[in-house]
Amino acid sequence: MDLITNLSIGFGVAFTPINLLYAFIGCLLGTLIGVLPGIGPVATIAMLLPATYSLPPVSALIMLAGIYYGAQYGGSTTAILVNLPGESSSVVTCIDGYQMARQGRAGPALAAAGLGSFFAGCVGTLLLAAFAPPLTELAFKFGPAEYFALMILGLIGAVVLASGSLLKAIAMILLGLLLGVVGTDVNSGVARFSFDIPELTDGIGFVVIAMGVFGYGEIITNLAIPEEHREVFTAKVSGLWPTKQDFKDMTPAVLRGTFLGSALGILPGGGALLASFAAYALEKKIKGKPGEIPFGKGNIRGVASPESANNAGAQTSFIPLLTLGIPPNAVMALMVGAMTIHNIQPGPQVMTSNPELFWGLIASMWIGNAMLIVLNLPLIGIWIKLLTVPYRWLFPAIVLFCAIGVYTTNNNTFDIWLVALFGFIGYMFNKLGMEPAPLLLGFILGPMMEENLRRALLLSRGDWSVFVTRPLSGGLLAAAVLMLVVVLLPSIKRKREEAFVEE
Amino acid sequence: MSIKSQKDFFSGLMFMAIGVAFAGGATNYTVGNAARMGPGYFPLVLGVLLALLGTVITFKALVVETEDGDKIGRWVWRPVGYIVAANLVFGVLIGGLPSIQLPAMGMIVAIYALTLISAKAGETFDLKEILILSTILAAGSYVTFILVLKLQIQVWPTFITG
Repeated sequence: MDLITNLSIGFGVAFTPINLLYAFIGCLLGTLIGVLPGIGPVATIAMLLPATYSLPPVSALIMLAGIYYGAQYGGSTTAILVNLPGESSSVVTCIDGYQMARQGRAGPALAAAGLGSFFAGCVGTLLLAAFAPPLTELAFKFGPAEYFALMILGLIGAVVLASGSLLKAIAMILLGLLLGVVGTDVNSGVARFSFDIPELTDGIGFVVIAMGVFGYGEIITNLAIPEEHREVFTAKVSGLWPTKQDFKDMTPAVLRGTFLGSALGILPGGGALLASFAAYALEKKIKGKPGEIPFGKGNIRGVASPESANNAGAQTSFIPLLTLGIPPNAVMALMVGAMTIHNIQPGPQVMTSNPELFWGLIASMWIGNAMLIVLNLPLIGIWIKLLTVPYRWLFPAIVLFCAIGVYTTNNNTFDIWLVALFGFIGYMFNKLGMEPAPLLLGFILGPMMEENLRRALLLSRGDWSVFVTRPLSGGLLAAAVLMLVVVLLPSIKRKREEAFVEE
Repeated sequence: MSIKSQKDFFSGLMFMAIGVAFAGGATNYTVGNAARMGPGYFPLVLGVLLALLGTVITFKALVVETEDGDKIGRWVWRPVGYIVAANLVFGVLIGGLPSIQLPAMGMIVAIYALTLISAKAGETFDLKEILILSTILAAGSYVTFILVLKLQIQVWPTFITG
């Protein structure tokens, strides 16, 4: 079996002491930022990118991946104990998790989230290992027209499945694509929109945008909300183990969540956030046994299913990145950046040119999940203590890490000014109800899209029909149009709005 | 005609302005045609699309009723100002400003300044507490960035190290 040999290469890489250490650091940091409300994986990964320069590429990616799925674990702790989503994908966990904590059942809620996540993480990793090679084969058949169509599908998918206004999300993508244009044009050598500023001829660093908009934008928005009274159920976490009845209730929910999360993670635009919302909605639709606690009142299924789904989604969203080189969400867009820093061009060739990296990363995810369950369940007490750290100590530290992080990327102060500017822009986005995630995706995909568009039209001598006459490309574009049409149908539109209002 | 959704109205206007600016800027470069695209082609198309979308969003904001008018709400200038200021000061101190012949003050001074200024953005400000916090952060940064990661950052002011 190829799968077995491949995985054994992977485990060989992942089990070296240095990589185990970085997987551990990643999981630890991920849990930490997951637990702390007000700082998410996008900002953290952006902050840590410069620090990974000096690491070997495998270790760097292993650590960054650990942060992403670690955050899915940590987020549930805050959601259950404080009724604040530590992580955007834990929003729905608050609903039933917090109610369970109020009834003195915080322990079983945490265990359900942890065990569900572990199971989902294992399944997600296996799916990734199984699906990656065939998809990679397919990717080699792609020409520039297909890549362009695929990126359109990815971007449309990202806005269709995201919350909020569709038009504004598409506009944000366009804005991101335009920001990606800034800098020297690779074909002609012309410096575009650089205003004769030498630092801008290299383009705007995406670390700058990510940190400014996500890091500073989030801090300013958080500071604008007056400190609310937080109720932390620290003393009440006793008896971690769920009862036999709990296990009976949560097992099918975990299975459903895992399945749904894995499927949604692969979709362009999918990932952890969407997976958890969809899983909660599904769980509510499924009739419970008579006498079961209703949803919203502390039903264990309402914790187990979304938590499994967000973890499965976090794992499988690596599939489009590793096989096609297309990031399906903002975190994966940052992973593209991390790979580029280490001179690895993301795409189907990664598996053949860097097999240790590819399989090592996958194997490390399984190890990481095992570490996380240990970090999160027996050591829960430590994380609870962290929740008592006041935000007024936290945010100056975050500001500092952003500033130092940006400075060390290129050792130039211009980037620091630029982050300040994007921080303000990020706050403005928030005020005007504009989602920054599509912008970041557009920004990452912009140069790739322009390149492929140019190449495709050069080959077809300027004939635009090439995008629809080539079967693969036509199919992808049709799928994108279908997605848009389906979302715009009145009945589905209403459902979609309902699903996102439920938080 | 009244604005039905304040948020959408202003974001639409912003998209329009940015779209027009990019499209206008793009005409300064060679545009070319579809088969031989110049550097201006892609940004021109995107700029026009963005301006069009912005128009639609603004129009919808004037026509489609919303429940609460989608008010933007109060701007909090205090955190914005302090966070941005903290950043600017940090940049000046860590790298110096050659244009006014200000020498670099190094990382440690910059960290103290950034922490003190950014902490003012919060609701409460306790000088002693923040000084302790910045000392911890400065020491922590020194260990991680200089000792462990061995990054090339100037640590102390130029006039001390020479």
